Amino acid sequence: MKEEIIISGFGGQGVLSMGKILAYAGIMEGKEVSWMPAYGPEQRGGTANVTVILSDKPIASPILNRYDTAIVLNQPSLEKFEPLVKPGGCLIYDSYSILTKPTRTDINAYCIDAMVEAARMQNAKVFNMLILGGLLKVRPIASVDDVVKGLYKALPERHHKLIPMNEAAIRRGMELITPSC
Amino acid sequence: MLLKGNEAIAHSAIRNGCDGFFGYPITPQSEVLETLAVLKPWETTGMVVLQSESELASINMVYAGGATGKCVMTSSSSPGVALMQEGISYMAACEIPGLIVSVQRGGPGLGTIQPSQSDYRQAVYGGGNGDYRVIVLAPNSVQEMADSVGEAFRLMFKWRMPVMILSDGAIGQMMEKVVLPPFKPRRTDEEVRQQCPWAINGLGLLSRKPNFVSSLELDAAVMEKRNRAMQEKYRAIEAEEVLYEEYMLDDAEYAIVAYGSSSRISMGAIDQLREKGVKVGMLRPKTLWPFPEQRIGELGRQCHALLTVEINEGQMVRDVRYAVAGQCPVEFFGHSGGVMPSPEEVVDKMESIINNR
Amino acid sequence: METVYKKPRLLNDVTMHYCPGCGHSLVHKLVAEVLEEMGVEERAVGICPVGCAVFAYRYVDIDWIEAAHGRAPACASAVKRLWPDHLVFTYQGDGDLACIGTGETIQALNRGENIAVIFINNAIYGMTGGQMAPTTLMGQKTSTCPYGRQADLHGFPLHITDIAATLEGTCYVTRQAVNNVANVARTKRAIRQAFQNSLDRKGASFVEVVSTCSAGWKMTPEQANQWMADNMLPYYPLGDLKVNGEKK
Repeated sequence: MKEEIIISGFGGQGVLSMGKILAYAGIMEGKEVSWMPAYGPEQRGGTANVTVILSDKPIASPILNRYDTAIVLNQPSLEKFEPLVKPGGCLIYDSYSILTKPTRTDINAYCIDAMVEAARMQNAKVFNMLILGGLLKVRPIASVDDVVKGLYKALPERHHKLIPMNEAAIRRGMELITPSC
Repeated sequence: MLLKGNEAIAHSAIRNGCDGFFGYPITPQSEVLETLAVLKPWETTGMVVLQSESELASINMVYAGGATGKCVMTSSSSPGVALMQEGISYMAACEIPGLIVSVQRGGPGLGTIQPSQSDYRQAVYGGGNGDYRVIVLAPNSVQEMADSVGEAFRLMFKWRMPVMILSDGAIGQMMEKVVLPPFKPRRTDEEVRQQCPWAINGLGLLSRKPNFVSSLELDAAVMEKRNRAMQEKYRAIEAEEVLYEEYMLDDAEYAIVAYGSSSRISMGAIDQLREKGVKVGMLRPKTLWPFPEQRIGELGRQCHALLTVEINEGQMVRDVRYAVAGQCPVEFFGHSGGVMPSPEEVVDKMESIINNR
Repeated sequence: METVYKKPRLLNDVTMHYCPGCGHSLVHKLVAEVLEEMGVEERAVGICPVGCAVFAYRYVDIDWIEAAHGRAPACASAVKRLWPDHLVFTYQGDGDLACIGTGETIQALNRGENIAVIFINNAIYGMTGGQMAPTTLMGQKTSTCPYGRQADLHGFPLHITDIAATLEGTCYVTRQAVNNVANVARTKRAIRQAFQNSLDRKGASFVEVVSTCSAGWKMTPEQANQWMADNMLPYYPLGDLKVNGEKK
């Protein structure tokens, strides 16, 4: 098993931390993992992306330009990464955050109303967990239990009280994701 | 544990009994100093951590700290390492142990903050003035970042000279699983006195001659003698300390030579090429100086062509050509300025080499 | 017969390379005397500069590190932090301390490093043959300001010691001279105080010694002493600028 994922969006959307939680979940499953950010002067409103690889075997290149799965959380990310998804791969986007939908027919595209749902829940911070739940539904690369264990590793202890809420968001995301239409 | 390469350096330094870190923030290596500041080793092992006023001050702190026999280090990125070259030259001249971690970004000048390998020549040939060398380790994973610190400490005291860990922004910034080394206590003053009788620390002064370190020598004959002695040491290092790793070379008809993050990209390319039935492998220098010249020479006889993959405009390729000595063509592929080569591009390059043969 | 004076044990029995009348040899002797009196040779580290005192390690018989030009305070910072019980001092001239190494000087003092800095100010570059220094006086002639220092061409003399006194990290800042017996005695007391402060970790100590350079100034030693008293001391007045962290 090897899953090569790019997560891309605006800084402040929780792109890097979503990747980190996924990487920790991979470790919980006994997999090899790598987390390679496009670093730089990223900040709220700037662009941010991270490549996460989970694999049964040692990971060769942590830097890729073809992906099994792309999670795109804004329009520039969709335009940049849709062409780079491998045929038969998976593209996940937040419905509210993009203007034009993906057009490729040789990939599986999914949408999730995470921004709207996070607003409804009056908690912008669970946005990335809703997305993560969506990913786990369509690409079951790690169990929700292992992701929750990963959360305990990834989050500083003072934030551990927020984990049940995050878990609920992950499960809600699993319900929300639908094929792109 | 899931750590960034830069964080692994900090953890590993503490665990390997480092006495002092002196550094100045610069992207993409600031996590080294930041991690040390969070871990507060001065409260546990007694390790000194100081944010200096400049890279110039940092390297001179390492120079002086090393001169007293302590196990000291600094870390920086390309423009900062450029500023340190004078101090590294002094350390080489005075045969002072010290570790410099270089997390490269693209140049020249301020350049980019993205990963790069464009300081290969500066590191391997000695970027400061004079005939000197620095042992250069080239980790290609977070685990090797952690492991290379202990190795560097061992080498710098064994040979009494500066050692550099030549990394890059990709290895420094990425997170991978890592097993940290066990805790090793810092040496006591008495151990420093016994292990470093040459050191400048006053210990036992009343029963010995004073020590001093100075790179200044106005007598040409004496200076030449010093230089020749240093060259002899370098020949011994070339004989004893070469490290490299082989990947699928046994039946290889073509080979890539790459180190650091470009070796990871190359491994991805080799996996793809092997799936297509191309007999290709890789030699990865783990020490860039001393350089695995002999083994590369053998590969020159074994293979139809070699390819270096670098994140620069072609630096190590010259050393590989020198080692191959015309036995087969040696090609280069790379990007610079912060653009990273992709495994697919390396595949294309290798296929074009094969097709044009 | 009663011994009234002897060479300090820590001052090596070798011919110094300094010119006749130079203040360095006197200050070296004071350093050797103070170290010997304090009995701290086995935990003393000196950092010598680039400049005339580049060979200080040949004369004062303790462990020395030769720093790169201007970097002595950075070197001393590291040594003192790594060896907190040691006496660590730098010995620097005006070019080393107040020109190429101004950054290191101010930063180390401002961090309150527990080091002693001995600063020999002779208003000229001696070792390289008499060029303008940061402390060269207005109108003073040197080989790189042969018509005299002018503000529009060369800028102004740097009052580095006055700056040192304003920094929160310094505990003791003083300006002394070695042009007569009384001043030599005062300079020795100042060095002893600075060294004690390093041992007691009271912060950074800074001892300027206004000095002569008869060769660079193209004078006899006697003329140089007089010129210093007439021209330098009015501009760089002697006395304590800061004691126990209190500005004077």
